[in-house]
Amino acid sequence: MLTSFWHWYVIIITVATILACFWLLRWTKGVSNRDEEGGGTGTTGHVWDEDLVELNNPLPRWWLQLFYITIAFAFIYLALFGGLGNIGGVLGWTQEGQYETEMKTASEAQEAIFARYRQMDNESLITDADANATGQRLFANSCAMCHGSDARGARSFPNLTDSDWLYGDGFDTVMQTISNGRAGVMPVMVAGLDDSAIAELVVYVQSLSGSQINADMAAKGKKNFDILCVACHGADGSGNQALGAPRLNDDIWLYGGEPETITKTITEGRNGNMPAHKDLLSEDRRRLIAAYVLSLSK
Amino acid sequence: MTYNDKVVRQFVIATVIWGIVGMLVGVLIAAQLWLPQLNFDIPWLTYGRLRPLHTNAVIFAFGGSGLIGTSLYVVQRTCHVRLISDKLASSVFWGWQAVIVAAAVTLPMGWTQGKEYAELEWPIDILITLVWVAYAVLFFGTIVKRRVSHIYVANWFYGAFILTIALLHIVNNLSLPVAIDKSYPIYSGAVDAMVQWWYGHNAVGFFLTAGFLGMMYYFVPKQAEGPVYSYRLSIVHFWALIAIYMWAGPHHLHYTALPNWLQSIGMVFSLILLAPSWGGMINGIMTLSGAWHKLRTDPVLKFMIVALSFYGMSTFEGPMMSIKTVNALSHYTDWTVGHVHSGALGWVAMMTIGSLYCLIPRLIGEKKMYSIKAIDIHFWTSTIGVVMYITSMWVAGVMQGLMWRAFNEDGTLTYSFIESLVATNPYYIVRLLGGLLFLSGMFFMAWNTWKTLGSKEMTPIPASEPADWGEHA
Repeated sequence: MLTSFWHWYVIIITVATILACFWLLRWTKGVSNRDEEGGGTGTTGHVWDEDLVELNNPLPRWWLQLFYITIAFAFIYLALFGGLGNIGGVLGWTQEGQYETEMKTASEAQEAIFARYRQMDNESLITDADANATGQRLFANSCAMCHGSDARGARSFPNLTDSDWLYGDGFDTVMQTISNGRAGVMPVMVAGLDDSAIAELVVYVQSLSGSQINADMAAKGKKNFDILCVACHGADGSGNQALGAPRLNDDIWLYGGEPETITKTITEGRNGNMPAHKDLLSEDRRRLIAAYVLSLSK
Repeated sequence: MTYNDKVVRQFVIATVIWGIVGMLVGVLIAAQLWLPQLNFDIPWLTYGRLRPLHTNAVIFAFGGSGLIGTSLYVVQRTCHVRLISDKLASSVFWGWQAVIVAAAVTLPMGWTQGKEYAELEWPIDILITLVWVAYAVLFFGTIVKRRVSHIYVANWFYGAFILTIALLHIVNNLSLPVAIDKSYPIYSGAVDAMVQWWYGHNAVGFFLTAGFLGMMYYFVPKQAEGPVYSYRLSIVHFWALIAIYMWAGPHHLHYTALPNWLQSIGMVFSLILLAPSWGGMINGIMTLSGAWHKLRTDPVLKFMIVALSFYGMSTFEGPMMSIKTVNALSHYTDWTVGHVHSGALGWVAMMTIGSLYCLIPRLIGEKKMYSIKAIDIHFWTSTIGVVMYITSMWVAGVMQGLMWRAFNEDGTLTYSFIESLVATNPYYIVRLLGGLLFLSGMFFMAWNTWKTLGSKEMTPIPASEPADWGEHA
């Protein structure tokens, strides 16, 4: 709400400006008597730059009427829809009101669809074709910008179609991920290691997923792995879903499995962020997305 | 006493060169929208940096040089005096070119205030202010020294343009510098947005409309060799136009955090603006009405009549797009881009080109360009180019608006954003071809200008004596 000063300020200058246009149109009727100044030439009598002269034809009637109509429209619109300071319109229209009405209408129209899904248990939701069709569209609207329209992810965005799960494939776990988001933090643990020790560690990590590489270096790297990495990623590199620590003994990589990328991950850490969606999407919709995502790897 | 045509000639040549440069950048970014790889993974060539370079180059380098150059030509002819100072005139020219070069360097480097049409950072903003004040002193100083009592209508419009741009530029760019290349605006939130679009819309209103109406009011009657249709109409639409334009900015912020009352006011004033805008079109077209037969032989007049037609069309389209229900469909789509270019190419560029074809030969005491045929080719490439541009963007814009708002019965969007981009791609190709055509015409202009002015010595033209009635000024 505007303060009383600004309220009146807006009203006065708005009305005054519109009325000034009206006055301007009426006033120019008085300009017509300048026709005579040209001495019968039909011009205003002024000449510039040898040959520039002006006629003084009357304002075209259709144009004048158009001008009057827009002025009348302005007052009618301001009366109906508001605009003069804090004075609302007769129709009571606001953009917030329009938004709420449209959202209410839409949610009522969609209630029948979602009511059916609400009664279904999680397992049958995963196998229901209609539920998955809606889930796929919700995914395309809200998730595809990171995870891709085919849900196969991208570098640093997990692939959701395989059977490798950072936090587990329980329905409630996936719901938790969608609703509250996840912060996947890989801390820097190697502050005390020199470059060759880090290189050995990288080779060991590569060897976990079956790469045939320098066994000597891997053996040296294992020593540091067992001290620094084992707490989260486990002794055999199978990860820990309770922490979201990735499994390292498969060939699926979130940030990339090339030596340079692994080195970067180890020496600089990683901060993955899945944003929370509980304020953006209703529970009905989040369930459908969870069901759709789980249907992809079944 | 003779006229200072040296500075006019400098600005005219700058207009042609910057026109080519600005439109070339426009063609490149149009191509990038079709084929994104065309940024070649080079940061300086990415769309986000080149787009402001394009808008700044065509508006302030091409349009600005055209406006300053023609205004300095017109103010001398219609006041029957030489510019008050040759040194000041020269410093306005070189100052403005310095601004343009600074923009061409800093924008690709990524320096930006993030305000549309006001991207340039604070050191350049200060330079613009200095140059603009010098220009105002030069222009109004010459008006003061005039040898006729009555100020010709073209000068009212040029004058309103100069005064208002100074006001807009300073208010919108008030900011706190934190480094040579970075500053923060003193406004925040919705106030910042409103100040920005008050600036943005009036940049259209006073730079791209009032300024070019000034150009129109001199060069159309000059080329048509006929009287201005109605003095009375020019008074009414001048005062109504400059009073109403100031209010229309909020229509750029429909359905946002801007308060409802302000959106309403922005919309009704945008609609009232229709008649004052059309006043200028009527006065221009009716001034040509005694000279219709000349359109068959004079492509310069063809440029002017088509420019006025596009002016009428885009000033009709603008108020329509400011209606909330229309805006809900058109906003953020390529319809807006089409609308802007029907004004920018159809009106601004074609009026500038027509006026320069009228002005250039007069600098050397002649009345015609070296090649009328080349002007005719330029006319057709421009006209066909604009039509291809705006029709493709209309279709693309309406299609995008409809795709974005379509939803399924379960409330999900029918089309993901990428689907609307894929659907738009063919229209981007048509737009690119339209832009290429328009650009190609500019090369004919450059050649024709070179052939007309090229090696010829300019002999100073004596100021014409005012008509009798002016002596008691």
